[in-house]
Amino acid sequence: MMKLGSAIRLGFCALALAALAFALPAIAADKVDPVADAKAFKKFFYDKFPKLKPEDFVNGPYSMDEGLHKQWVEKEQFPPYEFAVEAGKEMFTKPFKNGKTYEDCFPNKGIGIRQNYPYFDEKEGKVITLELALNRCREANGEAPYSYVKDEMASLTAYMAYTSRGKPMDIKIPDDPRALAAYEQGKEYFYSRRGQLNFSCATCHVQSPGERVRTEVLAPALGIVNAMPIYRSEWSGMGTTSRRFVTCNSQVRGVPFNPQDDEYRNVEYYLSYVANGLPISGPGARP
Amino acid sequence: MSITERQFSRRVILQGAGAVALVGLGSVSLGLPALAAANDKYPEEAFKQKSDADAIKALYGKAAEASDKIKLDAPEIAENGAVVPVSVTTTLPDVTSISFLVAENPIVLVASYRLPAGTVPAVANRIKMAKTSKVTVLVEAGGKLFRTDKEVKVTVGGCGG
Amino acid sequence: MASTIRVRATNNGDITEVQALIQHPMDSGFVKDSKGELIPAHFIQQLTFEHDGKPVFLADWGGGISKDPYVKFAFKGGKKGDELKVSWVDNKGATDSTTAKIG
Repeated sequence: MMKLGSAIRLGFCALALAALAFALPAIAADKVDPVADAKAFKKFFYDKFPKLKPEDFVNGPYSMDEGLHKQWVEKEQFPPYEFAVEAGKEMFTKPFKNGKTYEDCFPNKGIGIRQNYPYFDEKEGKVITLELALNRCREANGEAPYSYVKDEMASLTAYMAYTSRGKPMDIKIPDDPRALAAYEQGKEYFYSRRGQLNFSCATCHVQSPGERVRTEVLAPALGIVNAMPIYRSEWSGMGTTSRRFVTCNSQVRGVPFNPQDDEYRNVEYYLSYVANGLPISGPGARP
Repeated sequence: MSITERQFSRRVILQGAGAVALVGLGSVSLGLPALAAANDKYPEEAFKQKSDADAIKALYGKAAEASDKIKLDAPEIAENGAVVPVSVTTTLPDVTSISFLVAENPIVLVASYRLPAGTVPAVANRIKMAKTSKVTVLVEAGGKLFRTDKEVKVTVGGCGG
Repeated sequence: MASTIRVRATNNGDITEVQALIQHPMDSGFVKDSKGELIPAHFIQQLTFEHDGKPVFLADWGGGISKDPYVKFAFKGGKKGDELKVSWVDNKGATDSTTAKIG
């Protein structure tokens, strides 16, 4: 029969362990507070890496490892993704069959607006990402949509990201319960374990940034979408946000969702929002 | 440029060893790129060799001695074997050629650069490495051949699949 | 069609520094595709830079140079406004060339 004191201590330990295992900024379970989330998210990473400036986080593993940083700086002098940006620019201004261009679908002709995506469309009640908006533009003008994981979409988003380089991420969550729900779902996705390896996004990108998973140095979750789309050495080419989400799921031996499914759009919404204020660094290069 | 002038230039080039200003053929459109004379030939044989000794022999026909006057800049651990930034600078005088070898590549010779007089003896390029390997840079200077080596580690990315 | 060659040439008094990035697959011939078949070798073999009608840098490349190849070098001479001619030929006999202004 356990003494009361021991029972209380045991109970307290169990609670503490549960809190640690969660590794989350503490929020009240019934109130979604993105402002507090973003603040806590940033504080977690700033505290973890006191030598880094906020804008360093958008460079992923290159801010985590000196050797990688040096190789990256050398390649950034004349980066291989220049061709994708040029291709994207050419595509952006080339007329559709009906004579219109992508410029007609976007504010400011699509220049310098990438940092506003994803946004919550109150008419439709869902999160709209840049990739989704681009394909909608195509369909609205009688063109077939592009694959979300191939070169064309990568080039288009690379160009748009390039025109926004340096601008601070600026995601809005309107005062609409559906927007808050989408944000919260994205956050839940981020912290949920999946796949045979039973990793959540947080397992690698919150618990272990700067450390290695096998031989790869992990990027911090803060600012992780600011560099999208990314030219990966591994892909020898430019790849979209959709492609990265799909491959990340496969890598933890989980069944990926379809590109632009709710889960992916919502997690992009969450990750973009908590990185508000950090600069767009896309299109980025990655190992 | 008349035919006789061209032949004269060829003779001058073939006589000289080391750095000689190569004269271009101008923009004669024969569907061929504008190249200078005979010793512009692509070193086909050297690009077939599978050992660094054979590649050096095929390319330069002489042995290379180690030199501390060559600075080879390559990462300790390559981010990815597909794109490894490697550069070299040297204080050796009268440099006419710089080449890069990767001992563990299926074809050891990766690149060979010819530097006419007036070109700074330094090159930066991005190379492929099949796996962890010794990287060798060869510098032909004043008719002699020098080398320096560095081991570069290449890992297969963990999340690379 | 736009050239595959991108050049940045800058003159700092004595020396002109040149960087080039070229769009080319640089297939070594050793890599297999998703069906397990070898992707045939397809790479730039020779790359030439000319200033004032004279070659200032010549590259002999193999399949061991990275895709979308990059090279940087410098030469004495050249001044702002001068032209730099860059041309390549690959193992299939294809060629491309461009002329860039030194800035």
